[in-house]
Amino acid sequence: MKILVTIKRVPDPDTRIRVKPDGSGIVTDGIKHSANPFDAIAVEEALRIRERGVDCEIVVASVGAEDCVEQLRVGLAMGADRGIWIQSDGDLDSLAVAQVLAALCEREKPSLILMGKQAIDDDSNQAGQMLAGLLSLPQATFVSKLELTDANSRARCGRETDSGIETIVVKLPAVITTDLRLNEPRYVSLPGIMKAKKKPVENLKASEVAPLAKSRTHLVSMEAPPKRKAGVRVASVDALIEKLRNEAKIL
Amino acid sequence: MARILVLAEHERGQLKLATLAALGFAAKLVEIAGGGEIHALVIGHQVEAVANGLRRHGATSVILADDSTLSEPLADRWASAVVDAARSCQADCVAGAASTLTKDILPRAAALLDAGMISDVVDVRRDDRGLLFKRVLHAGNALATVRLDGPLRVITVRAAAFSAPSAQSAESPIVPLQLAKQPSVGDTQFVAREQRISGRPDATEARIVVSGGRALKNAEDFERLVGGLADALGGAVGSSRALVDSGITPNSLQIGQTGKVVAPDLYIAVGISGAIQHMAGMKDTKVIVAINKDPEAPIFEVADYGLVADVYQAIPEWLGKIEKR
Repeated sequence: MKILVTIKRVPDPDTRIRVKPDGSGIVTDGIKHSANPFDAIAVEEALRIRERGVDCEIVVASVGAEDCVEQLRVGLAMGADRGIWIQSDGDLDSLAVAQVLAALCEREKPSLILMGKQAIDDDSNQAGQMLAGLLSLPQATFVSKLELTDANSRARCGRETDSGIETIVVKLPAVITTDLRLNEPRYVSLPGIMKAKKKPVENLKASEVAPLAKSRTHLVSMEAPPKRKAGVRVASVDALIEKLRNEAKIL
Repeated sequence: MARILVLAEHERGQLKLATLAALGFAAKLVEIAGGGEIHALVIGHQVEAVANGLRRHGATSVILADDSTLSEPLADRWASAVVDAARSCQADCVAGAASTLTKDILPRAAALLDAGMISDVVDVRRDDRGLLFKRVLHAGNALATVRLDGPLRVITVRAAAFSAPSAQSAESPIVPLQLAKQPSVGDTQFVAREQRISGRPDATEARIVVSGGRALKNAEDFERLVGGLADALGGAVGSSRALVDSGITPNSLQIGQTGKVVAPDLYIAVGISGAIQHMAGMKDTKVIVAINKDPEAPIFEVADYGLVADVYQAIPEWLGKIEKR
């Protein structure tokens, strides 16, 4: 089977995010970038499916400017077989990215599409569900447990929902988006990095893959959130209760 | 004129309060547009009671999609019902309060409707070029003002940012929805939902949330200290990611960028250090209390009241004082 995994280049989760003084976006110069952590989980899950004995080709794809090839190489170094960089110079919103990926899926015909549940930069949590909708495929989002069943024709998925774990079975091909506890991605090894350099990365253009894909959302401005006023330290549990009763009037 | 369809959320026959905030957002859009219609959409099976409960909130109609194939919120079936409802009321906006349910279903519906979408909206206004939506991103480290083109928009809102519309005496009519086609039930099957046994309120709906972090060493201690304080104060419980990852608490308790976002009157962080990703889920709380033995913990930077103490001593002491009253 063929598994397609998507990877987005995002600011590393441990970097401090600062909004540019002119409000045009966040400061990206000089900050470290990584593969979106949920996407790394998706790559890891594809590798584990293969390691459980399922014969599969693992393809990693990224939509973005040239620097996202760096994150594709991370996926390849982890163990994916080949990469597809879909070049797009402007920022595409979730629907436009889903349209590009839908066109790619028409060509690649994967049996399973694994994506992170959200990118930790725009936090939209939309692209996977949109892709499933565009392709009329079943979807399982926020998945923390995944098991292929029925001769790899279905996936049994544990989903993390607000009211607890929900289990569903989806017929493949399907779009599955990953949650934190699905697995812990492996570290990239030095031999892995060396091998990754020899693996093919195909370069396509978003404007050619999906000529009609177009962002509907447009950033007007960005600002830092209001800062909370610094509070006070209290010396004891008694003092805390007193403050909550008489100052905050909340207990 | 605005025409807004609001997807209602319910669990075990109970309407989720966040739905009222989404109706509040819709009312704001109508006010900005200088008039319009709000339609509430209830999807499920045997959910007339939920629909009835929505009749006194000023909606033009309550659309009821009741079918045995819709009894569980499977995204392909529910998104298709949302699409049918949006078409039936000629909606120019489909909205819901941000939750794992709406985040599963509404993006799929947006794609089917060929509509753009904005998640986690906290404010809306208009200028001479049209509507401007404010949303949270980068784990709460930035607020973006965004435009969204097209004849139809899909929006999720942060419940804490919008207030419920006032109750009306006039009752909205219930309008049954004709599904355009019966869903193909073989593609996605519901198997089971983990039963939540705690009788505690949901953290997104409670006035007080007591939340535990890495200082709690095991599930028993979490239950005794965090659960105990929550019960004594009539609140809900929450948890940092660390405790969920280590299996001490279930995922449904996780507060943060990738878990629940809460904004109660009082949030008591018990032994939580305060990672950026956690604070993204609670920093709009009215009053934050932090108890942590590390005086340098980042949680103290957002806390209104900070107590440097070992939670294993401070919480039993607090509980003792509540029992004595």
